[in-house]
Amino acid sequence: MKPDTAQKTVPPLLEVRRLVKTYKSLTAVDDVSFAIPRGICFGLLGPNGAGKTTTVEMMEGIISADSGEVYYKGALRAADFNEEIGIQFQHTELLSYLTVRETLQTFHKLYSRTEDIDVLLKTCNLLEIQKQYNDKISGGQRQRLLLALALVNRPELLFLDEPSTGLDPQARRNLWDIVLNIKSQGKTIILTTHYMREAQTLCDEVAIMDHGCIIARGTVPDLIGEYCSEDSNGGPCAEANLETVFIKLTGRQLRE
Amino acid sequence: MRFKRLWAMFVARNLEFFRDRSAFGWNFLFPFLLIVGFAIVFGGKTFSEYKAGVFPVDSPGGIHHRVEVPESFQSMQYVEFVGVPSLEAGLRLLNQHKIHLLIQQGNPPFVYWINESSPKGYILEKMLIASLQPKDAGNLLNRQVVQGKEIRYIDWLFPGILGMNMMFSALWGVGYVVVRYRKNGVLKRLKATPLTAVEYLAAQMLSRIFLLMFTLIVVWLGSDILLSFDVAGSYFDLAVVFFVGCFSLTAMGLVLASRGVSEEFTSGVLNFISWPMMFLSEVWFSTEGAPQWVKWIAETFPLTHLLIAVRKIMNDGASLSDVMPQIAILSAMTAIFLIIGASFFSWNE
Repeated sequence: MKPDTAQKTVPPLLEVRRLVKTYKSLTAVDDVSFAIPRGICFGLLGPNGAGKTTTVEMMEGIISADSGEVYYKGALRAADFNEEIGIQFQHTELLSYLTVRETLQTFHKLYSRTEDIDVLLKTCNLLEIQKQYNDKISGGQRQRLLLALALVNRPELLFLDEPSTGLDPQARRNLWDIVLNIKSQGKTIILTTHYMREAQTLCDEVAIMDHGCIIARGTVPDLIGEYCSEDSNGGPCAEANLETVFIKLTGRQLRE
Repeated sequence: MRFKRLWAMFVARNLEFFRDRSAFGWNFLFPFLLIVGFAIVFGGKTFSEYKAGVFPVDSPGGIHHRVEVPESFQSMQYVEFVGVPSLEAGLRLLNQHKIHLLIQQGNPPFVYWINESSPKGYILEKMLIASLQPKDAGNLLNRQVVQGKEIRYIDWLFPGILGMNMMFSALWGVGYVVVRYRKNGVLKRLKATPLTAVEYLAAQMLSRIFLLMFTLIVVWLGSDILLSFDVAGSYFDLAVVFFVGCFSLTAMGLVLASRGVSEEFTSGVLNFISWPMMFLSEVWFSTEGAPQWVKWIAETFPLTHLLIAVRKIMNDGASLSDVMPQIAILSAMTAIFLIIGASFFSWNE
């Protein structure tokens, strides 16, 4: 078998087909399909209420879809799907009165395949605070702990839902470094974020959602090339970046 | 089911409980203080104390000196005499049921007032009239005394307070805590792991049962040192009944924990269930003589059956076979609660 033929037969790590989710009269996700190849960081972007988190939570299996399927490694998700994925949710409290190390130890025992806790503490810069209680750590430390929890089972697929929201620039850049390090280990990452700079720095490929649908998809350079070649007056774009693409596609109107 | 995952959750929950100093202290101190407080206030007496107001008395409050009321009335047991400055003040207290009879100091004929809607006032009036009967009136009666060791009010109350503490701790410690975890996303995070709902719920239950039994032993030992309670039956039988009871109450907490994300709503439901259970399950007083429908309601509560069994063993020296009906009912209730709780459980709704 030739190498290029072999590559074609490898299914995407994750694929969603025709996902739909409605809440009463609101269609939060409307017939969304895409595939994510192995080893990339895939960014799912969109304004508030665009359907990003709903889409991601359907992929994770946290909520069920009204219709559509999610395929993992070419097959419908199996019972052991949770053993192979790591999730950092947007809003999650931690168990109270447990130290950072104890929290990791607790989650460590929930999986059959695990990463060494000291490695996790080092990877996520938590060594110095490992004996502190969860409610005594800062926002940045908390996000790093949540990331460490997502990595506790050495996941093949990592979901990061707005991991840097509320962090100061230092803490955010520190988190980016950790994510880039994880990415360099060949893990597949699905990232949702409101920070276009973050998506531009971390993502190999992005999809932009609005009103429950995917309205654009591609690599960051391709999207910039496609949507920032000229401004509304026909001249060259003043700022050719992902934020310009985002605003151009989703508009300037406030969503909340 | 993986024991390793269940154990991880069991340990985490126990660490939370033991490190939360306020909750930890409250769980041990509250029942202990309640028991000691009641023992100090009531000693060997019961709740059934009668208060007679006497006026005019210059220094209001308890009367510890002789006043001009029938001497035989003043020497009666279980009647507390309260000084009142004036008729108006006395009538106000009588209307508010703070005293049960009001009597004016002076010579015969003695003048007294009662509130006709007060059962205790009725009894106290009879006591006043009886106190004025000739001494030989008792010849028509033949007095017999109950044989055997006296059961103090606190001996009767003690299992009630332990059971009540168990009930609150089981319902709030499982029901409320799990709803809070659902609301703040902890359950959602756990759902994203291989942990199953059965493993999680089993860990919560076992942790609470362990904590309840641990609390029970500590409170029992602490109270026993001060008040030396007698257990007529076997300690082993008592431990078995308490275990079955706390299993049932914890399973009931699981039903409340199965759904919901509103702490306020859950709090309301918990109060709605726990308060009637506290009053109708004979924690504080016997419902003997209460209407049948009240007794039927009481029988739907696990605490009722727990307290019946515990008091039978503790006060009457019953064995496990004697309290088998209560154990069977509690076990059946546990099974029903577990089925409902597990069927309705949701990680994130």
